[in-house]
Amino acid sequence: MTVSPRLVVRPAASGASLEDRPAKVDVRGLSFYYGPTRALSDITVAMGANLVTAFIGPSGCGKSTFLRTLNRMNDIIGDTRVEGRVLIDGQDIYAPATDVVLLRRRVGMVFQKSNPFPKSVFDNVAYGLRINGLTRSRSELEGRVEASLRAAAIWDEVKDRLHSSALALSGGQQQRLCIARALAVQPEVLLMDEPASALDPIATQRIEELIYELKKTYTIVIVTHNMQQAARVSDATAFFWLGRLVEFGSTETIFTNPAEKLTEDYVTGRFG
Amino acid sequence: MSAPRPTAALPATRLIGDRLLQSMGVIVLALALSALGALLWDVFRDGWRRIDWPFLTSFASRRPAQAGIYGALVGTLYVMVMTAALAIPLGIGAAVYLEEYGARGRLSRMIEVNITNLAGVPSIIYGLLGLGLFVRAMGMGRSVLAGSATLALLVLPVVILSTREALRTVPKSLREASYALGATEWQTIWHQVLPSALPGILTGLILALSRAIGETAPLITIGALTYVPFAPDSLSSPFTVLPIQIFNWVSRPQAAFAENAAAGIIVLLLLLLTMNAVAIVVRDRFERRHA
Repeated sequence: MTVSPRLVVRPAASGASLEDRPAKVDVRGLSFYYGPTRALSDITVAMGANLVTAFIGPSGCGKSTFLRTLNRMNDIIGDTRVEGRVLIDGQDIYAPATDVVLLRRRVGMVFQKSNPFPKSVFDNVAYGLRINGLTRSRSELEGRVEASLRAAAIWDEVKDRLHSSALALSGGQQQRLCIARALAVQPEVLLMDEPASALDPIATQRIEELIYELKKTYTIVIVTHNMQQAARVSDATAFFWLGRLVEFGSTETIFTNPAEKLTEDYVTGRFG
Repeated sequence: MSAPRPTAALPATRLIGDRLLQSMGVIVLALALSALGALLWDVFRDGWRRIDWPFLTSFASRRPAQAGIYGALVGTLYVMVMTAALAIPLGIGAAVYLEEYGARGRLSRMIEVNITNLAGVPSIIYGLLGLGLFVRAMGMGRSVLAGSATLALLVLPVVILSTREALRTVPKSLREASYALGATEWQTIWHQVLPSALPGILTGLILALSRAIGETAPLITIGALTYVPFAPDSLSSPFTVLPIQIFNWVSRPQAAFAENAAAGIIVLLLLLLTMNAVAIVVRDRFERRHA
């Protein structure tokens, strides 16, 4: 099958609400290199505040790499290079003066594979608060931990086992614990890298309901392989292909009336 | 183009080879264990009766029946505590730096190769280094401190190498989880990486300290005494250690001293086993918490 895409990024055709919103995360001309290999080419995309933006695309298209440029998680891999700008609230996070530690506190992340610390449920959530010195008293710490667990819709399941190991929780519970852990430091943006890909349908549904709740407070960016999931949870969708952003627009447009043939072929399951 | 199907004869020969290797493994293991068993049996037969409270609390003596190992036992305890106090922080610190902070380049590879080589250097060479550096140049004299520093140098490569191995086994996801919450590099290392690597680090420390407790040559080289009618009472005291005391007794012609030597070996073995048991208990506790 031959595709001859004109790799043009169009703004959302419909969904005026998308454009009215101020951009929380504004990416301009971003390219990313692993050593000499270019993984992302000239990405320009804006993610609106209190919206869920989904990144879709086949494996290896660069969507996870792109997600990780938004909190500079790629910095911990050696021999990588970034060109272009990522503005969060108008500030370039790749500017030399950026405090990466502070940035990661503002831009939280949930990973594909749930990765709770080998500590108690309580200590997992308290970790971010403790290392950042965000609470002054034990009671304040306990309050923030409970609030975070409630926000991640896991409080009722763990309230009686706060001090037993987080590793004893089920996969879905572990992932919601990781979300609670990310929420505890009160980030502004929440990055989610295929947060439900290792979970069963029921646990997946709970995560999706949670995302719907969380977007009232947070700007959410989610990478997913699951078309239905992207269609269900997101307001805007970006389709990546071979390290390029093929199309970006309101989720409705991308799934029902995409401008690009490539996008249509992908969302209808003809390849990928 | 289908691959040729394996013939019926192939699995049979493979099975024979498998059996052969398996039985050879058992024979080799039995040989090694029986040699060790014979040694232990011989030592216990000779030395068991000699071990009593006076033996543990008496100083060395020219009369074998009155000789004890108090001086050497205290010396070994002193030296081991000091060796651990020097080698553990230095070794773990160096490994953390090399593994977590150090640049991945030619220099780092060169350092790694050299540390591996140092782990294989004969211990008497370390003794000569200790004699020149600690005893003479730094003026420590033939003291507990000089001996401990020499042994610490000796085991440092083992500590560094095993700690680096342990740090490498810490999953990337754990580090990422910590960084993603706004942890600094040091916070991530201290709160997540080191606790997670601790079981592996402890295994390395067991090996390193087990080696140090049995070393004789480097300590004789730096001038540890072979006949000590006193126990060290400070880091600057002259001292002896159990292996030297045992060596001293073995080299005497009287049969009674051979019994003392066997008893000394038993004490040394028990000390070693106790030390390792403590380390293993600590390790298992951490592994359970991190399982």
